[in-house]
This record gives sequence, C-alpha cells and structure tokens, in this order.
Amino acid sequence: MNTNGIKVRMNNSTLVQEPNKEVKISVRDLDLFYGEKQALYSISLDIHENEVTALIGPSGCGKSTFLRTLNRMNDLIDGVKITGNIMIDQEDIYKSTDVINLRTKVGMVFQKANLFPMSIYDNVAYGPRMQGIKNKQELNEIVESSLRGAAIWDEVKDRLKHSALGLSGGQQQRICIARAIAMKPDIILMDEPTSALDPISTLKVEELIEKMKKDYTIVIVTHNMQQAARVSDKTAFFLSGEVVEYDVTGKIFSMPSDQRTEDYITGRFG
Amino acid sequence: MRKQKDKLYRTLLWGSAFLTVAILVMIVGYIFFKGYRLISFDFIFGDYSPAGGGGIWPMIITTIYTIVISLLIATPIGICAAVYMQEYAKQGRLVNLIRFATESLTGIPSIIYGLFGAVFFVTTLKLGMSIIAASLTLTIIVLPVIIRTTEESLKTVPHSYREGSLALGTTKLQTLYKVILPSAMPGILSGIILSIGRIVGESAAIFLTAGTVAAMPSSIFSSARTLTVHSFLVTQESGDIELASAVGIVLIVIILVLNLSATFISKKLNKADF
Repeated sequence: MNTNGIKVRMNNSTLVQEPNKEVKISVRDLDLFYGEKQALYSISLDIHENEVTALIGPSGCGKSTFLRTLNRMNDLIDGVKITGNIMIDQEDIYKSTDVINLRTKVGMVFQKANLFPMSIYDNVAYGPRMQGIKNKQELNEIVESSLRGAAIWDEVKDRLKHSALGLSGGQQQRICIARAIAMKPDIILMDEPTSALDPISTLKVEELIEKMKKDYTIVIVTHNMQQAARVSDKTAFFLSGEVVEYDVTGKIFSMPSDQRTEDYITGRFG
Repeated sequence: MRKQKDKLYRTLLWGSAFLTVAILVMIVGYIFFKGYRLISFDFIFGDYSPAGGGGIWPMIITTIYTIVISLLIATPIGICAAVYMQEYAKQGRLVNLIRFATESLTGIPSIIYGLFGAVFFVTTLKLGMSIIAASLTLTIIVLPVIIRTTEESLKTVPHSYREGSLALGTTKLQTLYKVILPSAMPGILSGIILSIGRIVGESAAIFLTAGTVAAMPSSIFSSARTLTVHSFLVTQESGDIELASAVGIVLIVIILVLNLSATFISKKLNKADF
C-alpha cells in the first residue's frame, strides 16, 4: 500500500494536506538493553507518513538510542538486546526484514557530517553504486537529483569532482542529506543534524527538512527545542528511557499534559 | 632560574636531535667515502667473479627476489589478520592473546627465526638452502610488523565512516573495501616500508636459510646471497672494507628508492580523490 501511496501523493496534492496520515512506523513495547543496563522502557508510538517527528529530551534520555533502533544501527554495538517490535510498513524490521534492505529504505543523517574522503560526486553516488548501479547516465541523474533535493546543487555543481571534505560544515551536512536521498529511502532519520552547525547553516537545513517531508517521513532527534517547534509536526518527549508524552508539536509546546514535559520545555531542567 | 632551566632543556632536546642526525650523517658519510671509488656500471650490473673485481648484480637480484616474495606472502596475510582482529573478531581474551603473541614475535632476535627456518623450511619441508626458504623465514619476521601497523591504521579510521557507509545499506565487506581500507592505506603502506627495511637489513636469518652461493640464482629454489650477506662475508673473508662499503652504498640507495616510492604512492592515495 505504501508503494503506490507515494505515487498518489505526488499526483494529488490534496492528499498531502490530509490530517490522518498513514502510520509508517509503529513501535510497540520496545525495551532496549545495553548488556545489563536498560536504556529504553516499553516505548510505544506511531510515526506517520510524510510528517516530521521530533524526539526531544535531556542528554542520555534514550532519544538517539531509540532513533538508531529504527534502522538497526544499534546492531553495531556489542551486547545490545531488544524486545518488543518495530513495524515499518507492517513488517517487523527485527524479524522479517533484511538489515541491508532496511537501511536502503531508512536513510540516516548523523550529528557530525561524516562524508567519506572522496569527491562530492562519489560520496553521493556511493550508495547507489554499492547497490550495483553502474550506468554513468543513471548515476549522473541520481547525483544531480539528490543534490537538488538537498538544495545544494547550485553551490557544488561546478566542483563535483573535488574532495567533499573541502566544503564548509553546513554544506557537508547537506551533502550527507543528499547521500541519504540518493538511496531513494522512504524514511530519513536525523540525529541532531544541526548541532555542529552555525545558525545560518542550521536555518538552511531546517528549510530543507520542511521541503523534504512531502517526499519522506522524517524522524529527527534534536537538543534544540525551538528547532523541534519550528520543523516538526509531532513531538515525543523522552525522559530516562521512557516516552513521557507524544503529541502534536503545537500541543506539546503550548499545553503539555505532563508536568515533566512542561518543566523541560520551559527550561527548568535538561 | 626558571628561564635558565628552560634554556637548559631546550639545549638538551636540540642536542639529542642533533646527535641523531649527526650519527646518521657520519655512518652514511663514512660508508660513502670508503666505498664510492668502487661504484661503477660494471660493479653494479656485472656478474660476480670469485677471483675478485666482479660485480654484485646477482646479489642485487637476490635481494629484490627476497623482498618481493616475502612481501607477496606477508602483506595479504598480515592485512587479513589485522582486519579480522580489528573489524570482525569479538574483542576479548582470544584477540588480546593474539595481539600479545604478535607483539612478542616482533621482539625475538632474527637469528632465532633463522634457526627455525633452517630446521623447518630448509630441512623438514625439504626446500633446501634457497631464496624461497629465506623468503618464507622473512615472511614470518615481517608478518607481526605488518599486522601491528595495519591494526593501528585501522584504528585511526573514524568510526563515523563505518556508520555512514553501513547506514547506506552496504554490506560489511563493501564498507571494508570501499571506505575503511582506502582510508587506512597510508598506514598500511608505512608498515610495508618498515618491512622492506627489515628484509633488506636482515642478514643472520638469510645466511642460515638461503646460504651464500655467490652466483646468479637460476630460480627461487636456488641458494643465493643477498647484499647484506655479501657485505658481511666480504668483510669476514677478506677484510675488504672498501668493497663492503660499496655494497652498503648500493643497499642504502635501494632502501631510499623503495621508501621514497612508497611515500609517493601513499601521498597519491592520501589525496583522496579516488
């Protein structure tokens, strides 16, 4: 249903405005342990298609850990144990989905731009190439459309063959977004994507997120509450490994139903 | 008072640095002045004559043979072992034990390796005194060096590269070949340079496994004599310091050329526009 869902949305803009969007990611009773230590406590929440969902909370509250369960990046860490389930498009990603396929469908942008020491072109073409795409024409098209999608094409089109590491931090982060887009994912996870950027670059990335949500489902971890308020449709407030409150962003920031949420967003702790 | 102390330390540090360079210059200078008169086209490219006055071409060829064969065997094995320990194996007691073992292997005097090679490769495997027996022995000598340096350089590859690559739906092997190994390449190359140094500089182990036949080797199964062994024997048999020094000059030039080309390659790779 989701495969044609995307097509329908592209042709019919009224559907984008629909308030009742389909559930893209459904998390039920998720517990996560690092060895003996429990980091997430029975998380249950639904993330909707073509929305930006922000995860906020103080450091160490588990929001990044949660984000990384969605593309199974936690698998890289020894001794991580997970119970409960996460369904993406009604498929349990820890049971039926192959992790390689999962990560092509769920892209990720990290806190610090982590471009490879290669040219801009090669960075963006890296994922598609690893999928086996060799046709030059096809790669050129993917690279261009991805860079356009990340709103950085005009800045770098004349130096695609130059090292990506020569770009500014903000540009590098947008190339990272382009690199994720190049895989044509459904979902993009962002782990504090602007925490290392200056205000102007941050603004650019935020504008980009706003634009991208018509094509992707975005989950973003952020430390910056103004950012969550600006870019997200829904916000989940994490505290000590639990979701305290999950609701429409406007409601979380104007009339949170839990005292702890209010304390956090008004800056009483965190 | 503090200023004087500062000055004193600075002088000491400078002195140490100067001493190091001075010793190097002295040795190279001494060898050069002792031996340069013998260097000629015929000396380098001529065949050896037991009567004296011949060239050292057979020894140069033998030396190059041992370098190439040892590296051909040791480099892939060493890199694979390091990749396994650093990227695949679960970090724990076993890996630490292997690491400890490789570290200990670097400290063993080469004559011990030579004795082992003489017993195992030459006698048990019936390879005889030969270039191949010597190369296999040298392989064991340089293997720990390559493993250690490769491991160290794999450690310096940022974790974010691995995450970035894997998050794009690549397999571990793809990540290894396309991102991790290219980034670690300069370090791996420096390990290979170090190994070349050890191979060229080795004499005792080669003496015991390749023998001392001073003739052009007909194959890698022939007994032959490397430059260092030649240099040693010449001094030993005839006390001809001049000839030994001339061999030394050739050796230094070979090492210099190999090092510079390895550095050059590593710089090329490091430019990163691959």
